[in-house]
Amino acid sequence: MMRKVMVTLAIIGFAFALLPLAFRAGVQAEPGALATEYLETAPRELGAANVVTAIVVSYRGFDTLGEVAVLFVATAGVGAMLTRKRLGPAAVGRRKPATEVLRTATGLLTGLIVMFGAYIFMHGHLTPGGGFQGGVVIATAVLLNVLAAPESHLAHGVMTAVEALSGAAYVAIGLLGAFLAWGFLDPRVMPTGSIGSLVSAGTIPLIYSAIGLKVGAELSGIIEALKGDRP
Amino acid sequence: MAIDIAIIVAGAFMVASGIGAIASKSLVVSILLSGGVSLAASVVFLLMGAPDVAMTEAAIGSGLTTVVFLYALARSRQADDEDSNERLEAPASRSGGSK
Repeated sequence: MMRKVMVTLAIIGFAFALLPLAFRAGVQAEPGALATEYLETAPRELGAANVVTAIVVSYRGFDTLGEVAVLFVATAGVGAMLTRKRLGPAAVGRRKPATEVLRTATGLLTGLIVMFGAYIFMHGHLTPGGGFQGGVVIATAVLLNVLAAPESHLAHGVMTAVEALSGAAYVAIGLLGAFLAWGFLDPRVMPTGSIGSLVSAGTIPLIYSAIGLKVGAELSGIIEALKGDRP
Repeated sequence: MAIDIAIIVAGAFMVASGIGAIASKSLVVSILLSGGVSLAASVVFLLMGAPDVAMTEAAIGSGLTTVVFLYALARSRQADDEDSNERLEAPASRSGGSK
């Protein structure tokens, strides 16, 4: 009884505290001062058509590096915990085989999904989306394959190599920015080019491709680890 | 105005599936409904003019998280089955006085 009263009071308190937010939410007609500044300077300085990407990769690039590091540590933790030794040998075996529909659809869709993921992170500076979204889309293709062929294995060495190389490339491009341009992760190492073309916005497409490959490899590794038959 | 109504509809769907996820007796239904919350949230983000966030929410919130939860649920059920099998195989050692 007492507990229910407390829970109800807490919910009412939260509702009261968040009520002003609910009224202020909605579509804003006018961007604020900071948003206006970014909207004006980002295309001019960096040549990025998608201002969100310019902020995520360049102006707030250090935060994104931290985000990638957090994801890496989380993946390493999942990989260390979900091994066959810990889960026991009983976790493996007696899986139902996939249906014909799923196997055929997987064969048809895998290439398209991977290509779409690569498209998302390569066009991150032009259209909505970027490394994280593209990486997750690629991991979805891996998930489909895991469902269609539960006995198969991901090429673990290739995944590790892709992840390590793309992570190193990300930091290396950032350091190049510190030495050749105006600061760590500054994309103006390469010419910014003309707004809207694929090769523009300096190193932003390269950085986002590295992030996309890294996130894709990490999340594929998590899905593979959840299967539970890793040695 | 039409956008405001669409946001309210999607928000109401979010609240409804959130309550449904808590109230549901079946864990699978709860997981799917919490995926539905994320899907409706991504629609709200899109309507508010944040397609980047909407893509992230749709891919991670309603896609990957749901899959991870379903995997974890299957794994914990497997562990439960193994526990009950052990209990069935050795009833004398465990059932003494506990029930």
